[in-house]
Order: sequence, then C-alpha cells, then structure tokens
Amino acid sequence: MTVLPYLVAVWIFLTGCYGLATSRNLIHAVGCLAVCQASTYVLLLAVGYRDGGTAPVYSDIKPGSRPVVDPVVQALTLTDIVVGATVTALLLALVMQISKRHGTVDPDELRELRG
Amino acid sequence: MTRRARLIVLALGGAGLAALLIAACFDLPRFGGPWHPYGDRAVHASLARRTANTIASVNFDQRAFDTVGEMSILFASVLGTVVLLRQTRDEKRALPQPEEVALPVRRYALVVLPVAFVAGLYVIAHGQLSPGGGFQGGVVAATALHLLYLGADYRALERIRPVGLYEICDALAACAYVVTGLAGVLAGTAFLANTLLPYGTFNTLSSGGIVPVLNAAIGMEVACAVVVLLARFLDQAVEIEEESGKP
Repeated sequence: MTVLPYLVAVWIFLTGCYGLATSRNLIHAVGCLAVCQASTYVLLLAVGYRDGGTAPVYSDIKPGSRPVVDPVVQALTLTDIVVGATVTALLLALVMQISKRHGTVDPDELRELRG
Repeated sequence: MTRRARLIVLALGGAGLAALLIAACFDLPRFGGPWHPYGDRAVHASLARRTANTIASVNFDQRAFDTVGEMSILFASVLGTVVLLRQTRDEKRALPQPEEVALPVRRYALVVLPVAFVAGLYVIAHGQLSPGGGFQGGVVAATALHLLYLGADYRALERIRPVGLYEICDALAACAYVVTGLAGVLAGTAFLANTLLPYGTFNTLSSGGIVPVLNAAIGMEVACAVVVLLARFLDQAVEIEEESGKP
C-alpha cells in the first residue's frame, strides 16, 4: 500500500470540498477550507517521506549517520500552515463583517446585492 | 439552483476530480522511496553553511526570498483584519467588567504564563539548531500572553498588551527582515544572500550566518501579528457593542 498516504490526502481534500459546497454557515465554510488546506500538508509530507528517515535536524545526530526526510517539503508545509492560518483569520474577519451588515451567515441567504 | 441540483453537479465534478487525483497518486514516486534530489542538495547546502536545522536553512537561507513573500502575506492579512474589525460609527466601546475566575484556573494560568513565554522565546532563539523557529516560537510566545485573559480578566491583558505598540513592532520586524536582505546588496552580494556574516561553529547559537537574524525578525513579526490579530477578535467579542446595547 505505497499510495495510501497520497490517497488519504485526496480523501481529506474531497471531504473539505464537499463541506464547502454544502455549507450553510460561513464559519463552517472557513473551517472546510482549512480542511482542504490540511490535505496539502499530508500530501507534502507524504511526498517527502523516506523509509526509516528521521527529522532533518543535525543538532543531535551525526550528518550522514541516518537517512533524513526531505527538508524542502517540510519547509513548504511550514509556509503552507502560516499562510493557511492568516487566510483563515482574514476570512473570519470578513464573516464577522457580513454577519454585522446582513444579519446572517448563511451563504444561501446572501443572494441579493445590497447597496 | 436548487439544493438537489447543486448536489448532483457536485457529485459529478467530485467524482471526476477524485478519478483524476487517484490516477495521479499512482504515478507519483513511491511513498518512502530513496529518491529525493532536492532534499539531498538542501541538506548538503545547509551543512556547508553550518546550520544544524535544515528546515531553518531552507526557509531563511536557500528560500529566504520566498519567506519575504510569506511574511508579506502575514503582514497584509493582519492589516486586512485590522481594517475589517475596526470600530464603526454605529458601535460603541463598553468597559469590560471583571469576571470571577475559578482559583485553580487562575493559579495554573499564572504559573504557566512565564514558562510558556520563555519556551516561546527559546524556540525562536534555537530556530537554527533544533526543531522550531521564528514562526512556531512566535505563536507560542504570543498565545502565552493570553493566558492572562484566562487567569485574570480582559483588563489585565490590556494592561500588558498595548496593541498600538505591537502594531509598530510588527512593521519594524518586517522592515528588519528586508533591511537584513538589503545589507547584502550594499555589501556587494545579492538580496538576502547568506554570505555577509561568518557561519560560526556548527551547532552553536551564533551559527548559520544570517539565519538567526532573519529567524529573530520573523519571530518578532509573528508574535506581534498574532497578538494584534487576537486583540482585534477579542475586542469584537468583549468590548465593541452596537448602539442598541447588544454585543
């Protein structure tokens, strides 16, 4: 089962998409977007894994003594998490404004434009 | 579109996307395989510049320019949140009332606060040596301050958290990162090139050239950004009310 971790990432992504499309609450939708983003963490870390590998940190292991997992995708995952957290904060702030101006957070009730 | 029609469209699109993604999964390199050309080169470059934590080396040395972009996203989203969550004309500020806190909660929060804060600073300072770094440590340090809100009350938190000062520090930290990069240009190398400072002794606090400097700048920026973000959300929850009086 060498593709299982990739399939897990696909599954998490599709779950998040389903939640986004059927959401009836914008806060729930922001949470679903975070689930979609979590799938990219799983995918990146799965791509970088090496059998028997340890963390690519050489403060307590001798260089070359053990295989290490791919540090490039780990750094990308870190970037991903930071961007995900800030985007979530910004979206939640938008939801708060929508809730104040329109009195609802149900996307289905936000059809008509208001000037 | 009715809910039913939407679900059918979603099912069709989702099935197609799932089929494509699963087909792609079977074409990816084997999970856990030995072939990681970029990883091997990143490890080699990191060791050559005496940075023990390869991920810090990737973030603040090899991909330091990308981290400028990442930092700008963080900065822009904090700016956006501050603008979106400001007090509007039809809202007023209510003075938060002191609340009763259960004694065990108060004791625990006040004991853990300094420990958590120092742990955050430790994680920032050792970013180039051990797992962690500016991003992770910044979040730990910033959330540690908010234990005061749990342990005491909102007014106590506001006393140690002048938001204006944190906003200025956020901007200063972002500038510090860019200025460190520009120092390389002035010295005749490239923007954010790690050739300016001596690399130091492997596995010590001062190793890695500009990595610890950039790491500290990012730590300060993230800590301040998280404090400002949480302050804006807490203001909305605790202080700002509509004119009619309901929160």
